[in-house]
Amino acid sequence: MSLGTFLQHLANGISLGSLYALVAIGYTMVYGILRLINFAHGDIFMMGTYFAFYGIAVFTLPWYLSFLLAIVLTGILGMMLEAGAYRPLRDAPKISILISAIGASFLLENLAVVIFGGRPKAFPTPRVLTDVVHIGSISIQNLTFVIPVVTIGLLIALLYLVHNTKAGMAMRAVAKDYETAAIMGVNVNKVISLTFCIGSMLAAVGGIMWGLKFPQIIPLLGVMPGLKAFIAAVIGGIGDIKGAVIGGFVLGIGEIMLVAFLPELTGYRDAFAFVLLILILLFRPTGILGEKIAEKV
Amino acid sequence: MKKRDLILTLVSLILLFVFVYFADAYLDSYKVRILNLCAIYVILALSMNLVNGFTGLFSLGHAGFMAVGAYTTALLTMPPLVKAQNFFMAPLIKPLDSITLPFLPALLIAGVLSALVGFLIGAPALRLKGDYLAIATLGFAEIIRVIFTNTQSLTNGALGLKGIPVTTNLWWSFGIAVITVILIGSLINSSFGRALKAIREDEIAAESMGINIFRHKVLSFTIGAFFAGIGGGLLGNLLGTVDPLMFRFFLTFNILLIIILGGMGSITGSIISAFIITIAGEALRFLDESITIGSLYVPGIPGLRMVVFSALLMVVVLFFRQGIMGTNEFTWDKLFDRLQKKPAAGGGSN
Repeated sequence: MSLGTFLQHLANGISLGSLYALVAIGYTMVYGILRLINFAHGDIFMMGTYFAFYGIAVFTLPWYLSFLLAIVLTGILGMMLEAGAYRPLRDAPKISILISAIGASFLLENLAVVIFGGRPKAFPTPRVLTDVVHIGSISIQNLTFVIPVVTIGLLIALLYLVHNTKAGMAMRAVAKDYETAAIMGVNVNKVISLTFCIGSMLAAVGGIMWGLKFPQIIPLLGVMPGLKAFIAAVIGGIGDIKGAVIGGFVLGIGEIMLVAFLPELTGYRDAFAFVLLILILLFRPTGILGEKIAEKV
Repeated sequence: MKKRDLILTLVSLILLFVFVYFADAYLDSYKVRILNLCAIYVILALSMNLVNGFTGLFSLGHAGFMAVGAYTTALLTMPPLVKAQNFFMAPLIKPLDSITLPFLPALLIAGVLSALVGFLIGAPALRLKGDYLAIATLGFAEIIRVIFTNTQSLTNGALGLKGIPVTTNLWWSFGIAVITVILIGSLINSSFGRALKAIREDEIAAESMGINIFRHKVLSFTIGAFFAGIGGGLLGNLLGTVDPLMFRFFLTFNILLIIILGGMGSITGSIISAFIITIAGEALRFLDESITIGSLYVPGIPGLRMVVFSALLMVVVLFFRQGIMGTNEFTWDKLFDRLQKKPAAGGGSN
């Protein structure tokens, strides 16, 4: 394999990894605060893609306006999901909440089938992003650069929000111990709602970029990326935002490299994430950046 | 068991088989198929309830074990000629291509093979807890599915298997369901079952009472996988066709819903709810089809059935957290107390 091809694969891996990272952040934030796998997150991601699609293709908005609107709508959808499916179960056993999450995921998927139709749709891609740049022997779409740049930008903004603002402090407080945070005057419901909103907006950005990268969209498109992004979050150390991004990159690059170096294993591509997950869980159960949790007796 | 209860149980079993006899003879094939599915879902729900409800492990790998069971039974029962027709992309490996077994041994081998896979998966995965276990078992099920999609000369890959002999009938499905109820019921009430419940309630306390947690968890997981494999085998030979897409997470979710609706930790609940969910899923089918009422024509909305189905299930999870039975079981005593309008004695004991 020549250096050029390798770099091309690496660029693809990084851009795929960035998409996983964006979605993984949503999982990790929700898990950090509620200790809940938000199974419906992949479907929120799918909804974001469809909102953007309808903005451009049906309401003929300019693409940037449509993307913005889609991100806002997805944020609102995320807050609605939390209020409808998770808030009523705040004190219920964990398994009920997890099942509610799975139920919400299926509800969103089936609603999407009914509302948007089951047939694949072609995602409209603005020319600016699909133009190809040639660097030496490799040719790369603008999009391949845009995706990681957007991801890193959003990551920096998010880290600033979490570490330097009052809302971020409240989020960290709730993640640490939500009962104490409530006693200290933090409005827990508002913080959780905000967390879902931010996570869903990031998922929408991921979804839109997914639509641009793989421009054929179906209502089930969120399932696999959703699962893989969750795996990325676990690999990085769930609850840790930087960990989620690292996990996303590890997974994205790993997957592309597997297919590039061992083309005969292409069919096993979807299993790669799960194998990696199980290996990581066995040898480092809390992920790369995760802390060791002592068992309470 | 009291003599009265034994007689009553035997009488109900006889009534059940009279029912099966008449259903087999007089109901149309659509209704027979639904009844078959109900019984198969009873087996699957019980096997999952043993792991999730009674042992308190959150395992989401059921579809994987079912896939192992369904493919094994199918490959062992298909006649060589049909196999040759199926495997036109790559020939089936020897000696599988030339052997054909009767249904029962095939089912048992399928169960044992699933149990073996369950053991191999359980031994490493059960070191994990809670959400991590859930996601790892889900991962294993997906890996099994991906492997089945790619091993052309063993499973025929994405094409799946067609022309599997349709051997499963009401006698098989209800017969095995009854045996499963009896086996899992006595398992739950044995000292092994009590240890499982102790682990569910408080792992650390159970360990300090001298229960070998890991061994019990792995055994429960393996037994669950055994029955899941048998259920999968019955399902494959009922439908006459299997393919890897059948065994997606949705299938696991369906069974999970049955045990949630019925009550985690109740055999009776699982049985009732397997019938309710299977029949309700079929009954809602009208939502997908167009309806004509007089001159009013309502066009069908494909997919609406699943929307209503998922919404109903959300309602159940949100508002009836204990499910139908909670951790209670049906006993003749309670039935007689109810009939004589006395408050039920005993309550939650199994």
